[in-house]
Amino acid sequence: MREFLLGNEAIARGAWEAGVKFVSGYPGTPSTEIIETLATRFPETNPRWSANEKVAFEEGMGAAIGGLRVLVTMKHVGLNVAADAFMVFPYAGTNGGFVVISADDPGMHSSQNEQDNRYLARVGKVPVLEPSDAQECHDFIIAGMELSEQFRTPVMLRTTTRLAHHKGLVEVGERKEVEQKEFVRDAKRFSVPIYRLARRPEVEKTLNALAEYAETCPFNRVEHSNPSTRFASGQASIGVVTSGIAYQYVKEVMPEAGVLRLGMTFPLPAKMLREFCSKYETVYVIEEGEAFIEEYMRNLGIVNVKGKELFGVIGEYSPGRLRKTLGLGDPPKPFTEEVNLIPRPPMLCVGCGHRTVFAALKQLKVTVSGDIGCYTMGALPPYEAEHTTFCMGASIGVAVGLEQAGHKDTVAIIGDSTFIHSGIPPLIDAVYNKSHLTLVILDNSATGMTGSQPNASSGKDVLGQEAPRLDLEAFCRATGVGSVEVVDTWQRKEIVNTLRRAIAYKGPSVVIARGPCQQLPEIKRRKVIPFAVEEELCTKCDACFKVWCPAITRTEQNYPVIAANECTSCTVCAQVCPTDAIKLAEAVA
Amino acid sequence: MNTYSLMFAGVGGQGSLLIAELTSLAAVSAGFDVKQTEVHGVSQRGGSVETHVRFGEKVHSPIVTPGEANAVIGLEKLEALRFAHYVDAKDGTILVNDYELIPGSVANAEKIYPHESIEYLKSKGLRVIALPASKTARELGDGRMANVVLLGALSTLLPIPQEIWNKTLKLRIPARFLEGNLKAYQAGREMMS
Repeated sequence: MREFLLGNEAIARGAWEAGVKFVSGYPGTPSTEIIETLATRFPETNPRWSANEKVAFEEGMGAAIGGLRVLVTMKHVGLNVAADAFMVFPYAGTNGGFVVISADDPGMHSSQNEQDNRYLARVGKVPVLEPSDAQECHDFIIAGMELSEQFRTPVMLRTTTRLAHHKGLVEVGERKEVEQKEFVRDAKRFSVPIYRLARRPEVEKTLNALAEYAETCPFNRVEHSNPSTRFASGQASIGVVTSGIAYQYVKEVMPEAGVLRLGMTFPLPAKMLREFCSKYETVYVIEEGEAFIEEYMRNLGIVNVKGKELFGVIGEYSPGRLRKTLGLGDPPKPFTEEVNLIPRPPMLCVGCGHRTVFAALKQLKVTVSGDIGCYTMGALPPYEAEHTTFCMGASIGVAVGLEQAGHKDTVAIIGDSTFIHSGIPPLIDAVYNKSHLTLVILDNSATGMTGSQPNASSGKDVLGQEAPRLDLEAFCRATGVGSVEVVDTWQRKEIVNTLRRAIAYKGPSVVIARGPCQQLPEIKRRKVIPFAVEEELCTKCDACFKVWCPAITRTEQNYPVIAANECTSCTVCAQVCPTDAIKLAEAVA
Repeated sequence: MNTYSLMFAGVGGQGSLLIAELTSLAAVSAGFDVKQTEVHGVSQRGGSVETHVRFGEKVHSPIVTPGEANAVIGLEKLEALRFAHYVDAKDGTILVNDYELIPGSVANAEKIYPHESIEYLKSKGLRVIALPASKTARELGDGRMANVVLLGALSTLLPIPQEIWNKTLKLRIPARFLEGNLKAYQAGREMMS
């Protein structure tokens, strides 16, 4: 049977078929849909959202040495968080099959950096599989589980944005239950630090065996290598070494080229590469991300290689980009020269509770160290009220550092999910090291940016079932924070006043600005009585426009008008109206 | 046959992804190999959304290359203009909803919005068909069905039989919206006849 599936849905389906019995991860674009699909369609795989990627990886590691087949999912930067566990797991080796998804984001569609995690896999000595379409996303998960068990190693499956977020036809199968492997207490294997010296040679032994396997791995294959193929760009006969989604672009743009398609990109098959390259005058290496395969080939002493110097390391590849590079045609450009293609920059949603916090921070003219979430948009106009953002949880440490550098007016802001993910140790540190930190927790009870997934502050788990809710204020008090205040995120004046008190407080302080994410299903479903403008009372002072709500536009007579089907009844525009012209729609004459 | 390439452009919330998905599923039903991909920024709503659909005997890349699209389907005038260069200038068609959504977060957007985009694209020698999809959808009872009006128009340009489109709509549109959407689809088809 064939289904039309997203790459991520195909991974989920493959994991289910492979008999996976434990799945953990943290939401992150472009990996999120894997666990969402498992939760809605395949709950018998026992999926969960973990507090962060390190926790997810460690839970997965435990489940795998305990004998289950395990899938762990994260975006590329998530693997940085999980790296501590990722690097040491190969020393012990796994028991049940263990595959970790690293969803890389060339082009940085929704990420702070481009990072090719094949390098992390090489450092950790973990084999890497790279599918090139939705079908292979499905197939490689199943094969990855088998590979993992055969070599007793964790396996990385590297996807990229286009692979994870494209749909294609997938031949699917049924679930095969796999018997749980026995867990035998074995400190010599599972207590790595004590027995590291004994484990170390085992890692190399496994890696050598994997390198041997790579030569015959069915995912590494040569396709109609025809040395007579010639291209417009040059007269040399050309072969192509490629991996991942770039393989599809090669097939599209150079259908006649000889291709070595690498589905396993670490360890790489040295013999196969040498033999392929010996048949061509020039070999193009076309891989999204860094020159991972190319560098290896050069290190083998292969000299007839052209790669990144032609195709570049930055951004996503595409057929158009390959055509242009190969001199096969320059695709037309957008009509920007003669017309004003004004952008549609990202915006906070209608009714988003972050808006009032940014307005208050702007009004107070403080330095703001931000964090990762929808609220990174606070750095953009009209707020421009966020001055640093780096990575998950950095807001607090950076604020403490800025304070040490004399910038005592710094306020850190972080969402509830990011706080749980990696804001807790830095808050404890701030208290311990006697900082006067002011921290705002934007508590919308959801992991908003990736699609409002539940977390430990939501009161719900991934399956939508009730779960214990973390008491954020009690938690902050327990760390020793002297002033913890909770404020309704839609009360403008109260937010400003609460922030003033928190900043003036002599010691660490936390303000929790609370109100649910407007994208939560239960919030979207609820019945809303919208606000409307009573034009007779309106003086066209434009105060309501300065709330920057996308639901407020102008009539032809220049009065503000509120889109009734978009209004969430957050009341913020009504709060700022000096003439009380904004009222509940039913009260407007 | 050659691969068909389609580019759907709209604003988040307009339903461009839905009609791209319906097109893909219709192409699957008609026995084609199909790939689809979407690109959107970090915003959940209100941003520019592009969805690529390609179908044929065997499809490799899910990405449509500028200059190769058989049709660009613009649910909004500015977005049609933004992705107009994807159309095959010789044989392709730009279907555009004659409808403007002024970007809310850009200063003076109303003034600098390119209101003459349809005329401009025609002046470039492109085949542009402007359709009153939003107006027609409103007359049929719900302006949100503008996307399905455009889908009806698009269906006349593709090698997929009418009964497959009907079947796909029936499978995918929730029962309480089906009747309206079938009318919207039919209205779009008639606009092209």
